[in-house]
Amino acid sequence: MDASIQQQLIADLLVESFEGLDRYDHELLQIESGTAGADSLNVIFRVIHTIKGTAGCLGLSHIQRVAHTGENLLDLLRSGGISASPEMISALLKLSDALRSMLRSLEVSGSEGDADHSPLISLLDRLQEPLGAVEPLVPAPVTAPASSPVQPQAAEPAPATSASAPDAGFGFFDDEPASVPGPETLFTAPVPAPKSFPEPAAPSASPGAGAGAPAASVASGAPPSENAGRSNAEDSAIRVDVAHLDRLMNLVGELVLARNQILQKAGVVQDPTLLSTAQRLNVITTELQEGVMKTRMQPIGNVWTRFPRIVRDVSAELGKKVRLYMEGRETELDRTIIEAIKDPLIHIVRNAIDHGIESPERRAASGKPEEGALVLRAYHEGGQVIIEIADDGAGINAEKVRARALRDGRITAEQAARMPDREAFHLVFLPGLSTAEKITNVSGRGVGMDVVKTNIERIGGSIELLSELGSGTTLRIKIPLTLAIIPALIVTSGGERFAIPQVSLVELVRIDTAGEGRGIESLYGAPVYRLRERLLPLAMLDRELGIVPAEAATPGSEAGSNLIVLQADGRQFGLVVDEINDTQEIVVKPLSKIFRSLTCYAGATIMGDGRVALILDVLGLAQRASVLSDATTQAAAIDPARAASVLANREKLLLIEAGGGSRLAIPLSSVDRLEEFERSRFEWSGGRQVIQYRGGILPLVPLNRLVPNLPEPAESTDHAQVVVHSSGGRSVGILVGQVSDIVEEEGSERAAGDGSGLLGSTVIQGRVVDLFDPTGLHLSSL
Amino acid sequence: MSETRQLCTFTLGDFFFGIDVLKVQEIIRHQEMTRVPLAPEAIRGLINLRGQIVTALDLRSRLGLPPRSASLPPTNVVIHTPDGPVSLLVDEIGDVVEVDAAGLTRAPDTVRGAAHQVITGVFRLKERLLILLDTSKVVELPEPVPAS
Repeated sequence: MDASIQQQLIADLLVESFEGLDRYDHELLQIESGTAGADSLNVIFRVIHTIKGTAGCLGLSHIQRVAHTGENLLDLLRSGGISASPEMISALLKLSDALRSMLRSLEVSGSEGDADHSPLISLLDRLQEPLGAVEPLVPAPVTAPASSPVQPQAAEPAPATSASAPDAGFGFFDDEPASVPGPETLFTAPVPAPKSFPEPAAPSASPGAGAGAPAASVASGAPPSENAGRSNAEDSAIRVDVAHLDRLMNLVGELVLARNQILQKAGVVQDPTLLSTAQRLNVITTELQEGVMKTRMQPIGNVWTRFPRIVRDVSAELGKKVRLYMEGRETELDRTIIEAIKDPLIHIVRNAIDHGIESPERRAASGKPEEGALVLRAYHEGGQVIIEIADDGAGINAEKVRARALRDGRITAEQAARMPDREAFHLVFLPGLSTAEKITNVSGRGVGMDVVKTNIERIGGSIELLSELGSGTTLRIKIPLTLAIIPALIVTSGGERFAIPQVSLVELVRIDTAGEGRGIESLYGAPVYRLRERLLPLAMLDRELGIVPAEAATPGSEAGSNLIVLQADGRQFGLVVDEINDTQEIVVKPLSKIFRSLTCYAGATIMGDGRVALILDVLGLAQRASVLSDATTQAAAIDPARAASVLANREKLLLIEAGGGSRLAIPLSSVDRLEEFERSRFEWSGGRQVIQYRGGILPLVPLNRLVPNLPEPAESTDHAQVVVHSSGGRSVGILVGQVSDIVEEEGSERAAGDGSGLLGSTVIQGRVVDLFDPTGLHLSSL
Repeated sequence: MSETRQLCTFTLGDFFFGIDVLKVQEIIRHQEMTRVPLAPEAIRGLINLRGQIVTALDLRSRLGLPPRSASLPPTNVVIHTPDGPVSLLVDEIGDVVEVDAAGLTRAPDTVRGAAHQVITGVFRLKERLLILLDTSKVVELPEPVPAS
């Protein structure tokens, strides 16, 4: 045989066999879990059979021999001679491992390798014995091809042939040189074949129950048609080089741009013929684009097929019980992205089982079901594909992570103290950091999560870790659609055009500041907008991007503004732009690596007029503008319990006019006394303002030192109003501007505060008010 | 027999620069650009090169030279980089010059600042000095400090 043909055949064998073995594992596990379809055993058999045949033809005797032994066992299973036992499933899984390792060695070194698979062969042989009467003569497996085949085998290869005709064809000759039955003759002779598979499947579903004869008779009619249908489906598929699809995709991208330009021109020229041609071009381009996109897309389920196996093996190795749930397996991803996330996903899953899910005993002790749950979830959101890997295990101990990072000198003590849990979790992505107490075979060496992160980021994705101690961990991977055409909103700000992916868009609002004070309000310099009595943090696009000097764009200074309500990371914020233009299909082009630190751009695109426009990354922009500050995290920085109680209960609040139009509310429970002092009584001690008060010295602190962005309190009057607050035996006097009222808080909508002493903000008497609580302040440091 | 190198030459102010001609993809006249807010100063913007988005880098800014006058539209020298094409904005494009590879002398250590890292060496031509730039270093910008 010509060497290059041989190589081509081997390459085909590799691709096909790896795919086949994934399918094999998947079906086998379904049989084990009792959820197998009627066709499972046939699928499994076919995979091994094809490998055997092809390997034999290419002179790969090791692979052929191992496959053959497995085939014999599978044939017995299929014909109902024996039923599947757990031991058998394990042995058959080992078979696929052995085949994979030989194939891999073939791929890498060109030879099958010299690993000794004889224990596996004898195991597989032994498993045939209990009911071994069916095939008494399986003497030397090497001589297999001639001896083994019973009729059904000959019938099976037909469907497999189609995928790659030449080698599968050769496979035939090994087995059945004379007559290759066409599909129509498939079911004439071997009555046992279609009838057989329900039997082995049934017992495995409920071990111990007898093989169901009725089941067999019910199902026996179906398989023939099913098989016939499948062979047709496989006939209609061909293999295409991915590079070829990439080229097509690029061309379609160019076509979309050309189409956009023509559409724009046609709108101006007003020529009816041009207009109708342009419309037609538009429709065809869109369809072509969708079609080509589809060819590159694969359901993520293709990667996930391997996971039940991995979960089974890893959990068995660690003595844990884990049930795997998979949601959204039909979510489609670009092929190249699927390839890139495969290994990171496997790593994360292994990690989740090893570190996340506890042993059955510990789970039982903490009142959880013994069987842990691992959920793989995939869905589209915001022009991105989100993949979540969630477990209901022990969660990450943020304290421990902090301590570990501190010990390793990765962070300073001060950083550790200030770091919210959410950020602390992300320390696990540092190379070499592991909180696992013992290193297991599976993970815990501290290498891995950093690699996972790097790999995800390499394809432009991001990874986020959420965890709650005791109840589980969720890893959320976001993968942008880099090579994609997406609908986007085109806006103008500071004279530049920007595209905003439509998927992040919630609504468009026109802010009319001419009206009664309902425009953009300010919260310590942070602009907010009241949208249906909800506080929406705002970002000014031009200011965030530094297109105009910050002073030039005072909020609400223009007669009206355009507000785009966007969603990022499950939270909403408003983006103020100069102009909203229109929506357009844009081709996302990645930005050069030089811009990698600019997280506020998702890419660039070419507009209808041939100029380049930047695509905004909504999440990156929101983070830059820090409009997504997490309410719970911020509050937790002070005192979580306290914040929760203030925010959850109706509480009396002291309202303060803090100057500059800002209002502040202090929970009355943390106010000891309200005093009014003459300013002339103020004295200085140790660089601090103090006053003699009730036989002691009371330090005084202006409110604007505790709350950022407040104006200096006016000293126009001779008297100063002071809120006296005590805790831990110490007291402090807070100089406030003007106490205006005491109200009962209604617990309405709140937005997160952004300062250290702020609990958040709320709407009281129709105005935005910030909630300030001195309880958590370190009085000694004031 | 000594080896020769072909260099694509251009000027920036009074300086005469060269880059390996094999690194050059094409030379185009001034293009309309879209600026990238927040990007490092040397990056002038993005241009549309036949459907491909190319980053334009102002060599004057990169080499710490004074900005060119507005009346002088720069020329784009598009070079190959591992990260796709990058356009270098130069004042005026010169001829392709053939030089003796052995004639390369190291830039004196007195050349300081941004320029020092990107200069491979200097060729002493008859009438002037030709400064050879390392294109891979030129496109390697120091990480911008994120404004907080």
